[in-house]
Amino acid sequence: MNTLSKNRLFQRNEFWLLCLLIVLSLTVGAVNGAFWSANNLFSLFKSTIVTGIFALGVFLVIVSGGIDISFPAFAVFSFYITVKFLLSIKYTGTILLPFLMSMTFGACLGLVNALLLSSFQLAPLIVTLGTGSAVTGFLRAFVGTATLSNLPQPLIDFSRWNIYKKTLADGSIVSFSGAFLILLVLAILIHVMMKRTTLGRGIYAIGGDEVAAKRVGFNVKRLRLFVYSFTGALAGIAGIIHCSLIRLANPRDLEGAEMEVIAAVVLGGASLTGGKGSVAGTLLGVALIVLIKGSLILVGVPSDWQKVVIGLVLITATGLTAWRSRRSDEGGRA
Amino acid sequence: MSKTLIKLTDIDKSFGAASVLRKVSLQLDEGEIHCLAGENGSGKSTLIKIISGVYRHDAGRIELGGRHYPTLRPIDAIREGVQVIYQDFSLFPNLTVAENLALSDQVESGRAWVSWQRVEAIARESLALIGVDMDTSRLVEELPVSGKQLVAIARAVYCNARVIIMDEPTTTLTDREIASLFALIRRLKERGIATLFVSHKMREMLDITERITILRNGEKVAEGRTEDFDEAGITRAMTGRDIRSDRYVWNGVRSDPVLELRDFTRTGDFQGLNLSLYKGEIVGITGLLGSGRTELAETLFGLRNTRERPGGEKNSGKILRNGREIKVRSVSDAIAEGIAYVPEDRLTEGIFAEQPIERNLFANSYPRFKNALGLLDRAKLRELSSALIRAYNVVASNLKLPIRTLSGGNQQKVMLARWISTGAEVLLLNGPTVGVDVGARFEIYRKLREIAAGGVGILLFSDELQELISNCNRIFVINRGRFTHELDTGALQEDELSALLGLSLEEAIQ
Amino acid sequence: MSKRREGGLELRRFLGSGDSNLLQLSLITLATFILMSVLVPDTFLTVRNMRSMSFQFPELGILSLAMMLAMLTGGIDLSLVGMANLSSVICAFTFVKLMPKDLPSDQVVLFIVGVVILALTLGLLCGLINGILIATLHIPPILATLGTMQVYTGAAIVMTRGAAVIGFPEQYAFIGNGSIAGVGVPLLIFLVLLLGLALILRRTAFGMHLVLIGSNAKAARFAGIKVRRHLILTYMTGGALASIAGLIMSSRTNAAKADYGTSYILQSILVAVLGGVNPSGGRGAAVGILVAVLALQFLSSGFSMLRYSNFAKEFVWGLFLLLIMIVNYFTSGESREK
Repeated sequence: MNTLSKNRLFQRNEFWLLCLLIVLSLTVGAVNGAFWSANNLFSLFKSTIVTGIFALGVFLVIVSGGIDISFPAFAVFSFYITVKFLLSIKYTGTILLPFLMSMTFGACLGLVNALLLSSFQLAPLIVTLGTGSAVTGFLRAFVGTATLSNLPQPLIDFSRWNIYKKTLADGSIVSFSGAFLILLVLAILIHVMMKRTTLGRGIYAIGGDEVAAKRVGFNVKRLRLFVYSFTGALAGIAGIIHCSLIRLANPRDLEGAEMEVIAAVVLGGASLTGGKGSVAGTLLGVALIVLIKGSLILVGVPSDWQKVVIGLVLITATGLTAWRSRRSDEGGRA
Repeated sequence: MSKTLIKLTDIDKSFGAASVLRKVSLQLDEGEIHCLAGENGSGKSTLIKIISGVYRHDAGRIELGGRHYPTLRPIDAIREGVQVIYQDFSLFPNLTVAENLALSDQVESGRAWVSWQRVEAIARESLALIGVDMDTSRLVEELPVSGKQLVAIARAVYCNARVIIMDEPTTTLTDREIASLFALIRRLKERGIATLFVSHKMREMLDITERITILRNGEKVAEGRTEDFDEAGITRAMTGRDIRSDRYVWNGVRSDPVLELRDFTRTGDFQGLNLSLYKGEIVGITGLLGSGRTELAETLFGLRNTRERPGGEKNSGKILRNGREIKVRSVSDAIAEGIAYVPEDRLTEGIFAEQPIERNLFANSYPRFKNALGLLDRAKLRELSSALIRAYNVVASNLKLPIRTLSGGNQQKVMLARWISTGAEVLLLNGPTVGVDVGARFEIYRKLREIAAGGVGILLFSDELQELISNCNRIFVINRGRFTHELDTGALQEDELSALLGLSLEEAIQ
Repeated sequence: MSKRREGGLELRRFLGSGDSNLLQLSLITLATFILMSVLVPDTFLTVRNMRSMSFQFPELGILSLAMMLAMLTGGIDLSLVGMANLSSVICAFTFVKLMPKDLPSDQVVLFIVGVVILALTLGLLCGLINGILIATLHIPPILATLGTMQVYTGAAIVMTRGAAVIGFPEQYAFIGNGSIAGVGVPLLIFLVLLLGLALILRRTAFGMHLVLIGSNAKAARFAGIKVRRHLILTYMTGGALASIAGLIMSSRTNAAKADYGTSYILQSILVAVLGGVNPSGGRGAAVGILVAVLALQFLSSGFSMLRYSNFAKEFVWGLFLLLIMIVNYFTSGESREK
């Protein structure tokens, strides 16, 4: 895209984020060597999977100039219905079907968001607030509230899929979950889509100036439909992976997850006004959040402090961004 | 004989009961540089939207490229090579110059994949077509207005434009940029590309265009070769009046200035300004864009706060009000010192579009209407708002309606009323008749004279030379942050003033 | 429509926005009341139920007033519940750690008064932080309050280690459960706050300024309105309101928890939007909040009586929100064309 001069590199958000990550890792590792253990590192990677897939979807929505807080609800709905259905038919087939089912449910729900937004020109925050609550309520009121613990075998097998496994001297086992590959593949796919396809550039265009996008010939409505359905589909995928990895289908799960995911995407450099951001930045933002959450204990900070620390990080990061953009503005404007 | 690209015959257009265009005809030939002139509300924007297919015409005949179009869709106009450059340019601020240039081609060709090599190639070609060099990897939002305009034009030209329509293209350009733009338009002419300027700015119209069509109140009132017109003739056609007879004369005494600037300086914006404003004067301040004009106005009103500048520049010099030195560090300081400011950009800086007219009237003065309990005195507000509306002749059926339902002229009157009713003694006006139709314009001028007669000193910042000459008793020319000339308007002619501005530029370059 | 508007009660004109929106909302609230009365007349239409409801909705009403203030200025405050809980947790600890046992009753009351003042101070302080982040550092409100929400809730978690804190004195229960002249104390508090806020918004310069800031912050600045000061005061008020809600909540449940009422945030946005607040600022009325929160309370109580789960409530509220927005689109679309 741009010929990245060395100068440009230092200006890029992603670069500083990466530096921050490295510095933090080194710090935590210095305080507690256990940080570098395979067990810890693998577990950190595992934690990024579900949040990361969510974040990829939210990233798309934010770039298009909107926002979405319904995705955890959609994820839970999708995986729960899928699991319930599969259990009822005593499913033992390929893992693909559960994925497809959950993804489709998510996509359909996302489509509803998009239709409501386009047809009635409603604010995305309010619409996704409404659909998210409605779906959560519907699920728990009419489908069930029981935690299902006998997951279909294919899902259990999936949770055992590792791309690296080793038994240590003391008999414990460390394994690197294969689900991480799914995150990687999705990330690469979306990165390519956003950078190399007209569709992706169109999403940036809408976020930049919707009217101009229309004039240039983009079908704004169709692009929106895509973005929200795709996010819904990703939510479905994230949901089924989540439920598989913890081997439980709990309809009360993932409550409040939207806040952390949005924080991750914003930390990653996407602007709330739309048109800016990158997949790399988003993943780095997720990594940062996961790192902080996972490392507090290692450093001796009780996990109680998680929220406080994340909140402070978010405030500092957004404060810095706001301060920096004001400095570069016409100097002197009060 | 060159081909006729656009031929409009007897076009009618109404919106509901309001007739906006009546029997308007226009012709544009290959390579022609044509000006569509008219004041606000003359119908020129509507005509453009009809040419580009955005609006449907009610009656008349449209021929593009010799072909008759009973109904014209935007895609038809684009295919006939009609490209409109809107005032906001329709660019993507978050994307690079290269991508902005290549995007419409990308979309139109229906390609699913983006080849960045191709994007670069298109970008280079587009810029080459208009003879401009630019770093295509920059984000459009980083460009100055003139740069964005060039990108918009390059994009249009690349898309096989045969006619480029530009809506008020020179409003935010410096003189040098205007010269570059005109050079570009002449180059386009050589390639057979016609340019239709929509403008009401005299200097440019006479400088660059070959033919003019003038609209007034939805009708074509004049048309012909530019060289057959002079400023007075065009003005008369556009406004239906002779402005010259109306010059402002000031008969006051030069003592006890209401506002005095002594060696007023703000590093980077302006320096060493000396000015004395007396009661009842209307003093004009004019200069090209970037001359420090707006910066001065805003600093006097406290909008450029001493504290918040990163470079650590300092204010120095003095401001005196009625002989007393004052410090204006914030807007409330300014207001407390009896200084009022009507900004240029009404929509973003002046009015509260969705709020009722009454709230707009008192936005700056609610604290004055507290009764003993600290609550607002509703009755008094109502009384005063009726009085003000009458006094300023604002045409409004219901004061509870949002102010956006008013015309630009009426909105501006509300802005004036808002400030004068606070008893300000110094009124700063920046471009007060931008976006205001002719009728309201003259009312505003009349009102300004009334206000001045009431003892207020007015500083009129404007780049409408005719406006300044008719309504000011003195004019300061500011260039590169310094006052270069102080003139009595007595017998001043517009071309003299215009020449002074041009001169200033040359002086500055040396 | 306009005829009805002008013929409205003087009181409503004093409190309300005069919008057709309000009328529409009142009809909806009336409809829900009638619906519930018809469905479960024996339990819903009882004095007992009316009393019970009148103790339940004020806390949401107060939080919604705070949300309305933030939205009026074009922002949002996601940290309201966090502030409420943090404040009540600190109050709880104050009682547990600082109040001597065996204090005579009248001195307990004094102590409680002191704690109430403490709560208000905490609310103002937290609100001040929000205000500084938003108005001085120019962090977008949604992100700033997202962050402070984490911090305030997190702080409460750290203090309580996730458990509920008990140990409020007996007399404290009066705030959430007592009555004065037959009217429940929470309801009285809510009504007083409502009237006060309505007064401020409609009849003071400060209130006008808030609306103007929400409408066009830049023009407000050009008109000499001290935008930063107004925004900070707005968020501080929000914080104080949140802490009052926290007092009521903890008094009713006789405990303080770090994560009580987390669904209240979304509900308060729902109430604010239903009540006629424009999410992008510049329009809103206090009395709309009252009518909207009543509608939600009727639905909520009715559902409990119908033995619908809480989840069904959430479902209905979600749909309700969407429905109202869609209806708004049509009614405002029509009025725009006129």
